[in-house]
Amino acid sequence: MEKEALVDLCQVIPGDRMFLDLAERYCYSYDASFGEYLPEVVIQPKNAEEISEVVKLANTHKIPVYPRGSGTSLSGGPLPVKGGMVLDMTLLRDKLIIDRENMLAIVSPGVITADIHKKAEEAGLFYPPDPSSSNVATIGGNLLENSSGPKGLKYGTTKEYVIGLEVVTPTGEIIRTGGKTVKNVTGYDLTRLIVGSEGTLGIVTEAIIRLIPKPQSKQTFVAHFNHLIDSGHAITSILSSGILPSALELMDNACIRAVESYRPSGLPLQAEAILIIEIDGHPLAIEEEINKCADICRAEGASYVKIAETEDERQTIWSARKSVSPAITQMGPTKISEDATVPRSQIPAMMERLNNIREKYGLNLVVFGHAGDGNLHPNIITDKRNITEMKKVELAVSEIFEAAIELGGTLSGEHGIGTLKSPYMEMELGITGVNMMKKIKEAWDPNNILNPGKIFPDKGQTRVVLVT
Amino acid sequence: MNLPAKPNESNAAVQNLHSDAYDWTNQCVKCGYCLPACPTYESMGVESASPRGRINLVKMAAEGKIDFQKDLAEPIDLCLGCRACETACPVGVPYGHILEAAKEAIENSPSANQKNKMTKIKKLALVHLFPYPKRMNRIGSAVQLYQKTGLSRLIRSSNVLQKVSPALAHLEQALPAIEPSSKRIRTGTIMPAKGETKLKVAFFTGCIMDSMMSRINRLTIELLTLAGCEVILPENQNCCGALHSHQGEIKQAKALAKRNIQAFMQTDADVIVNNAGGCGASLLEYGHLLADDHEWAGAARVFSEKSKDISQILHQLGPLPFTEEWQGIVSYQDSCHLRNVQKVQKEPRLLLQSIPGVTYVEMEGFDRCCASGGIYNLLHFDESMKILDEKMKNLKETKATTVVTVNPGCQMQMSIGIQREGAANQMKSLHLVEILAKVCGLD
Ligand SMILES: Cc1cc2nc3c(=O)[nH]c(=O)nc-3n(C[C@H](O)[C@H](O)[C@H](O)COP(=O)(O)OP(=O)(O)OC[C@H]3O[C@@H](n4cnc5c(N)ncnc54)[C@H](O)[C@@H]3O)c2cc1C
Ligand code: SF4
Ligand code: SF4
Repeated sequence: MEKEALVDLCQVIPGDRMFLDLAERYCYSYDASFGEYLPEVVIQPKNAEEISEVVKLANTHKIPVYPRGSGTSLSGGPLPVKGGMVLDMTLLRDKLIIDRENMLAIVSPGVITADIHKKAEEAGLFYPPDPSSSNVATIGGNLLENSSGPKGLKYGTTKEYVIGLEVVTPTGEIIRTGGKTVKNVTGYDLTRLIVGSEGTLGIVTEAIIRLIPKPQSKQTFVAHFNHLIDSGHAITSILSSGILPSALELMDNACIRAVESYRPSGLPLQAEAILIIEIDGHPLAIEEEINKCADICRAEGASYVKIAETEDERQTIWSARKSVSPAITQMGPTKISEDATVPRSQIPAMMERLNNIREKYGLNLVVFGHAGDGNLHPNIITDKRNITEMKKVELAVSEIFEAAIELGGTLSGEHGIGTLKSPYMEMELGITGVNMMKKIKEAWDPNNILNPGKIFPDKGQTRVVLVT
Repeated sequence: MNLPAKPNESNAAVQNLHSDAYDWTNQCVKCGYCLPACPTYESMGVESASPRGRINLVKMAAEGKIDFQKDLAEPIDLCLGCRACETACPVGVPYGHILEAAKEAIENSPSANQKNKMTKIKKLALVHLFPYPKRMNRIGSAVQLYQKTGLSRLIRSSNVLQKVSPALAHLEQALPAIEPSSKRIRTGTIMPAKGETKLKVAFFTGCIMDSMMSRINRLTIELLTLAGCEVILPENQNCCGALHSHQGEIKQAKALAKRNIQAFMQTDADVIVNNAGGCGASLLEYGHLLADDHEWAGAARVFSEKSKDISQILHQLGPLPFTEEWQGIVSYQDSCHLRNVQKVQKEPRLLLQSIPGVTYVEMEGFDRCCASGGIYNLLHFDESMKILDEKMKNLKETKATTVVTVNPGCQMQMSIGIQREGAANQMKSLHLVEILAKVCGLD
């Protein structure tokens, strides 16, 4: 970076919130995916005005700007792939207002999502999106990745809840989109455009979020299946029976084995799949619905069904699902976590394809995920220092995406495109589709300074490159 | 495994960082689950003050991308070593081991020669003081004299220490009243159980505990005998070595460990009891510390398996024969090393709740380090006080009149916190043993 640019930046950001030393820069060179890119400078802004100034300077000096929340992205979202500056947004966390009357939360982007859950519940309200990273990730990161979790099935993803934003545009203006009303059809829906844009169209400095009444109670049950295909049928039968569970999670046999060897808790090693189903709502209604779901599972061939009677039992059921991530990382230091998503009727077919990929490449591939909405997480466990295996992983990853798209699905259900999936964008959207998106990006960000290198592939890039 | 390029800083400690420690850092999947658990990340707000950041920096140093001294030393130095991150980590990255290896490598890296290797005070204390029980006792006696003669009052009222070093001034005020050495129970003694002997235990006296807090040691022994323990005080025991390994002085830590193992293995005790969370954690890790030493590994493992915290033993043998009530609200501040390394959480709480008359109230953030962290509060006074002040806010919410800890450092730090709040009239900080002894009519 030119000296002049730095001198200008120093006018805007005080020294204790601007880092040039190597150690600090390395600390912002990663996220939870992999890939390591060293920024030239790290800045911790405190408000929209500072950000606006910084972005204007970045336009003058043509320096890339990479907004970053807690760096838990699994797709390379905040990585400074073209150098430049990282804007650490975590200090913008002063605002977390719950407006009970209007059922809204007004939040700064650096607020941790779990804190919104907590504050909303204290007011008898509910903010449904619950990525498993919610204790760590910022609401800003959630918004820009359009995150979700198990509750996506019934309650939808983050974008369903964002109704207004304050944004610093890629050229440094401060604008507001949407507002405090749930209904709003004035002009283009820029709010929705920015949510899920992975930090390429604007830097969010405040968000207005819709809350809903807190469900009165919930119940959970678990079902074991000796045949994967039966669990697939159980899922479709439940969803077509008029019941909408608040969560419907799946673990495959490889997951079950991994969890059992990590923390033995009596999971059925011979089962090909486990389903975990949670229903929330009025106590009387869920009592009836949960029994009906259990009956459906039995009818579809479940070998074992257990409805949790106590909170302890409920926790035990969920703890198996929550142990999946830690359990599989015991199998190797590098975890490539995908979130290819298919229409739910295609889940059995997708599982079949994944099985074939596992066998073809002889990789450690496990599958779990939010089966209710077709959002599967095939995870490949490997060691990135093993170059030969990584080359196989590259091929396998490509095939996973191909399978998802052939089955009418999408590249990403919740983790975003980032750097890792950009080469496959055309496969899903076609050249013209990608070009429409590029036009939007070019119009908003003529100098291509905001999070360059994401979503859109470099020229000629057709496949993810994990090792070089 | 592919060795990272450029291990040009080549000596044993640095080599170690390139093998074991490097593999450990590679276990980290950078999920960030440890971030909310880390007190320094919360107070400083930068990634380099977070566990994930520190682990990555150690990895970068091992890969030769950053310099041990110039880049790694400070972020590592600012870590409290509370190891809350380890408890939070879903994949079990052994942060404590990474930290130790990093400290050792920093101390021993060739580029350290130009820098002052250890600050003079640190070196003096670590090398010439803590390992020698007699010298520590002499200090204890000196402080006792200082307190008894009224010199302490004079110094306090003159405010001279405040001007020299606020850190020292705080510490001076937090020092407990030291008992005359005549009351100290000597090593080499065996104290019989009161009544039936249920358990034979050997007591680890510790260096600071033994000299500055001999009263707590005496009360510990009396409580143990009251609960039915025959208490052996092995001779020739010495400092546990925790401060040394925390400062990267692994060689000396190992030597101290061996002396302790020898001293305790000569007794026929079933259990080795200690009353300081930090020491207990280091005793528990002798097995790891000496794992590569063929001659000592086995004995070290046995020693570690026998090590228990006082709260575990008293709870196991309880209920205690209480003779008095304790009025008011009591809250408990976990000792990080007791909680995160020894994994002892419920016993101290159950003991406190069993005291007649006590209303026990849990404070928000009880599991968060108080930032005393060995001698962290001396080395990084401002950072430490920021974290402590946060803690005091939570403590005040409980309306507690007594806050209890199981570690001398934490106990003094809580005293400092109480002073800073100007709350000395409403609240006091006690070691678990003190409050239990009081309600059992010992004291
Ligand atoms: C263990 C683990 C579990 C996870 N589970 C889930 C899950 O269940 N569901 C799910 O959807 N995701 C999950 N994720 C992925 C990740 O947590 C989410 O994508 C999360 O939303 C990222 O938030 P963050 O604060 O860490 O943002 P970062 O990773 O720092 O950034 C994410 C993106 O947002 C941009 N950005 C961040 N803040 C701003 C801002 N204020 N303005 C503009 N752009 C911004 C960045 O440039 C980047 O493109 C998981 C990750 C991990 C490590
Ligand atoms: S929780 Fe563990 S794996 Fe996750 S970032 Fe922290 S140390 Fe790494
Ligand atoms: S040991 Fe404590 S201070 Fe150090 S990184 Fe871990 S949580 Fe933070």
